[in-house]
Amino acid sequence: MLAFVIRRVFQSLIVLLVVGLVAFSLFRFVGDPVENMLGQERTQQDIDRLRTQLGLDQPFPVQYWRFLKNAAEGNFGVSYRQGRPVTDLLIERAPATLELAFVSGVFALVGGIALGIYTAIRKSGWLAQFVMTASLIGVSLPTFLIGILLIWIFAVELGWLPSFGRGETVAIGWWTTGFLTASGLKALILPSITLGLYQMTLIMRLVRSEMLEVLRQDYIRFARARGLSERAVNFGHALKNTLVPVITVTGLQLGSIIAFAIITETVFQWPGVGLLFINAVQFVDIPVMAAYLMLISFMFVAINLIVDLLYVAIDPRLRVDRAAAAK
Amino acid sequence: MTETPILSLRNLVVEIPTRRDVLRPVDRVSFQIARGEVLGVVGESGAGKSMTGTAVIGLIDPPGHIAGGRVELDGQRIDNLPAEKMRRIRGKRIGMVFQDPLTSLNPLIRIGDQLTETILAHLDVSEAEARRRAVAALEEVGIPAAARRIDSYPHEFSGGMRQRVVIALALAAEPDLVIADEPTTALDVSVQAQIIALLKRLCRERGTAVMLITHDMGVIAEAADRVAVMYAGRLAEIGPVAEVIAHPQHPYTRGLMAATPMATPPGERLNQIPGAMPRLDAIPAGCAFHPRCPVAEAGCRVGDPPRVEECGGRAACWVVAREAGLVRA
Repeated sequence: MLAFVIRRVFQSLIVLLVVGLVAFSLFRFVGDPVENMLGQERTQQDIDRLRTQLGLDQPFPVQYWRFLKNAAEGNFGVSYRQGRPVTDLLIERAPATLELAFVSGVFALVGGIALGIYTAIRKSGWLAQFVMTASLIGVSLPTFLIGILLIWIFAVELGWLPSFGRGETVAIGWWTTGFLTASGLKALILPSITLGLYQMTLIMRLVRSEMLEVLRQDYIRFARARGLSERAVNFGHALKNTLVPVITVTGLQLGSIIAFAIITETVFQWPGVGLLFINAVQFVDIPVMAAYLMLISFMFVAINLIVDLLYVAIDPRLRVDRAAAAK
Repeated sequence: MTETPILSLRNLVVEIPTRRDVLRPVDRVSFQIARGEVLGVVGESGAGKSMTGTAVIGLIDPPGHIAGGRVELDGQRIDNLPAEKMRRIRGKRIGMVFQDPLTSLNPLIRIGDQLTETILAHLDVSEAEARRRAVAALEEVGIPAAARRIDSYPHEFSGGMRQRVVIALALAAEPDLVIADEPTTALDVSVQAQIIALLKRLCRERGTAVMLITHDMGVIAEAADRVAVMYAGRLAEIGPVAEVIAHPQHPYTRGLMAATPMATPPGERLNQIPGAMPRLDAIPAGCAFHPRCPVAEAGCRVGDPPRVEECGGRAACWVVAREAGLVRA
């Protein structure tokens, strides 16, 4: 087991290195930050001085190496635009994004699994059919459109919920939370639904098809033949087997919730890291962009690792296979 | 024979509506199983054996359904019970063993938990008592070191051991009747005999009746008291095993017996019944067996054969009935 974890962590590190390299090399093509940082009245001397100061005159491998070295120490440089350390900016913005991602993740997971089970068990009921049809909307509508629709209905027409921002937040140490105020909670509703709807419908459809597959298995027939109640058959037996493949996809989906937060944060002007990134792109603020991408890929890799470990925890057959393989 | 049979089927019909027409995998089947009796049910694949067993325990997959006749358990009609009442009968009064032990057990749940949940579903005992009984049940089916093995997962057992666990599960709540649907077909030949012997011993000790579905005449000869031969969803012949094997009456049973290796002198080719069993959507009129029957007469193509009871209690066949002088020529 330990060997397995170490191997996976090692693989994850390699993935991170590669992502960093790709991201870093891409930034060479998005434009010249110096153009944006100096005003109209600049001289060639100013430009050269700034380049040297930022280290942009160095060859690419040297730049990347310096970036990695600093990143390993948690130092992602100074934002070109705001003149503050990127790490500080990220820490300041992270709570907003993480809270948003957490709420939409819970929404997607709970809603998706519950609806998936319901539509599988009542597969010919009219309500299940309706949910299945409606889920096509969730799958096919782009995120920003859903966000705008929700804003139009609940903020503009009905006036129930705020259309932008986080509302009031409470600071607990360096972490700012919207969970403790009414306006903070209200502000979370629309962005969370927007961000989580696609994932929810995806999880729901996946749970449904997996569950239908499992319900056809012999051991479900045998469980029925032993006189177990429908409840015990559906939830005690079928659900557990359904969740094994669902976990992988769900894990990846939770990763993409954080990544896709960019769009939702833009639509709702949510002060999170996604919005920070979008603004950084406009100004070719390379340190911010690089740090953001490293952060996102780190989260993806971490979630993947957790999913793999969960797999082993749920399915006893994998434990044995691993133990046998290790011998 | 005034005792109520534990299971009694009367003219049981199972139908599956399809887009084009209605299939009848079980067509007017009647038989009885006495308390503690082992009834073997044989027939080719698709003869309706499994479907009959599934109908008795009430687990036919929709759109299939019981379309006629009745199923009585210990004199009480059960084919029309509401779902919840039928559920209480399953496991508690009728147990079932499926063909493939590799797929009958939930791979993610410890066998001990599968046993205790079955016991708790039917008997009013504490969890500790249920676990104690689970260990006892495993010991009884011959799982070595049952107290330790009870916390194992199904994949940690061999196929034969898993079928023992399945039998322990089917018998956990001490049912009156066990439907064993090809319990040895998926097993190694060397293990088959052990499993049959185990099933037979356990059921004899408890007085449990068995409906043993198989296509292996050897298994029937070894384990069953009586045997029912099915063909194309209908009952062809039924009677005590020794008599049916030694003196088969129905032409189909005769063909079957002639085709078994034990009836053929060594070195000779096995006999065959020409042709194949009809598909469910093309069952011939009259006696379903007549196109393959060596003794078929004109009348066999027209009328349904006489019922087993009208025919001396053994075979459902025009020719047999006429030779016995039961119907006019």
